[in-house]
Amino acid sequence: MTKIVVLVKEVPDAAVQKQVDSSTGRLDRSGEKTLNPFDTHAIEAALQLKESGALEVDEVVAITVGPSTAVKALHKAVSLGADRSIHLTDDGLVGSDVVGTGYALAELIKRENPGLVLAGQQSDDGQSYAVGAAVAEYLGWPGLTQVIKLDVDGQTITAERQAEYGYDTVKVTLPAVISVGDAINEPRYPSLKAIMGAKKKPLESLSLGDAGIDASKVGEAGRKAVWTGSQQPPAKAAGELIEDEDTAATVEKIVTWLDDRKLI
Amino acid sequence: MTNILVYALHHEGAINKNSLGAVSTAAKLAGELGGEAHAVFVGEDVSDETAGSIGSYGATKAFRVKAQAGVSQPVVDALDAVLDTGDYGYVIFGGGLLGFEAGAGLAARRGGGLGVEITGLKVADGKVVAERPILGDTQISDIAFEGLGVIAARLNAFEPVESGSPVTVEDVDVTFSDAAGKVEVVTRGEQRGADVNIEDASVLVTGGRGLGSAENFSVADGLAAAFGGTAAVAATRAAVDAGWFPYAGQIGQTGKTVAPKLYVGLGVSGAIQHKVGMQSADNIVAINKDGNAPIFEFADLGVVGDLHSIVPALAEAIKAKKG
Repeated sequence: MTKIVVLVKEVPDAAVQKQVDSSTGRLDRSGEKTLNPFDTHAIEAALQLKESGALEVDEVVAITVGPSTAVKALHKAVSLGADRSIHLTDDGLVGSDVVGTGYALAELIKRENPGLVLAGQQSDDGQSYAVGAAVAEYLGWPGLTQVIKLDVDGQTITAERQAEYGYDTVKVTLPAVISVGDAINEPRYPSLKAIMGAKKKPLESLSLGDAGIDASKVGEAGRKAVWTGSQQPPAKAAGELIEDEDTAATVEKIVTWLDDRKLI
Repeated sequence: MTNILVYALHHEGAINKNSLGAVSTAAKLAGELGGEAHAVFVGEDVSDETAGSIGSYGATKAFRVKAQAGVSQPVVDALDAVLDTGDYGYVIFGGGLLGFEAGAGLAARRGGGLGVEITGLKVADGKVVAERPILGDTQISDIAFEGLGVIAARLNAFEPVESGSPVTVEDVDVTFSDAAGKVEVVTRGEQRGADVNIEDASVLVTGGRGLGSAENFSVADGLAAAFGGTAAVAATRAAVDAGWFPYAGQIGQTGKTVAPKLYVGLGVSGAIQHKVGMQSADNIVAINKDGNAPIFEFADLGVVGDLHSIVPALAEAIKAKKG
């Protein structure tokens, strides 16, 4: 039997207008939050491996690093089917860069000793695509990102993904860190019962000290990619917008627009 | 003296255009820092001619490491080994999936800083500063590095510039990590579906997830036919991964880069990975029922509505207009 760890993240809800704090360059993470949509595909992939028996999985554990509000993302993760969750939260983590976050996640994963780590290929807010690869390096395990198909045979995973020149098929030996793309599956919706029961599933909250994480390698202290300022991109003329209310009128407006530019 | 190392992605004997762009940019920056730009090739069968030719884009050294190409673990090991041999301050990856993967791995290995999706690089106070667009490209953050700076560029961020001449290739022996031995590329660069040509079209009607099915690509076909001439149909990655359209017709990060006179997106959300492949289009029209779709931020004409009712009528109206 083995364990799957799924890395999840709390992100601002897609409908929230995102902003950056002009003094630190950090994303303002106030406002409505949700579980990163890409992570729901990672949870679904874990559940499918468990349910199909492709991998003998006794437990799916969701792990996050983030402020106290991130508990909601963990509740969502367990309502989708994770068995329990772990929340690393500490003021010393504020301002961590991707590499620092990767280090902290790797330390948490070592405590769990899973056979497989799954992650979403990118977060909806930071969009770094990179944390999975940093985690793999810290663990010394093989890692693959942007995977859209997974087959497990014993200790070997055969993964498919689109890379620079077309589709690649790659085999990796477990344990491994796999970041999945949204094409890999269609995540299920949690049942009302699962949503109600989510808060009753075990949730372990850890500080840096609890987890044995070197505080000098995370947060501001460990930051090696440093924001030094912001600038506005060159202004682009705002486009025209048509709210379709009447198809004939809309079509006429589009044709006129195209014709004015000699595109027909 | 600060040198800059560039990972040179290659396939079937050709160096990736994004890697050439990264080398040219590195050569320019290294000049300002009083150093040189060097390139590293990783592959089983990289010829002297291929690797040496990177000198014509500004590199003064080309290193070659024999290992399987197409996965990041051997690349991290190779770059890590070369970094030990000289005074390097930065590593640059051109746009591509491996750049993000190997970049993150290398930054973690070397305790360096990582900048991803970088669209510009400049020198300030003797250090390289990277420009990173954020929040749907509405703002650009400047990122500086402590220790090694690892830069993974956005697709098409840097243009190749020819300067210099071919260099002699130096082979490097690398002791590979355990992880590198646990990854095996079975097939690389498989082309799925028909071979369609979208790069020469003056009008590209592009279908996204919002089209809903492979059958619904007939809506896109109908609009392209109405335009006639060199109009063609293309697709987003979501539509291609769903099996609705051939890979050869995919626009974006892991597909083609196009610059038609007119781009019409049907049910295309406009994710950054798609935008990087089509933002040079002269005119961008988007039809999508989701008014919050990012594509409306950069479309010249945005239509919020049901494409299934609008597009067939639009095709008829265009045909009528043309007479």
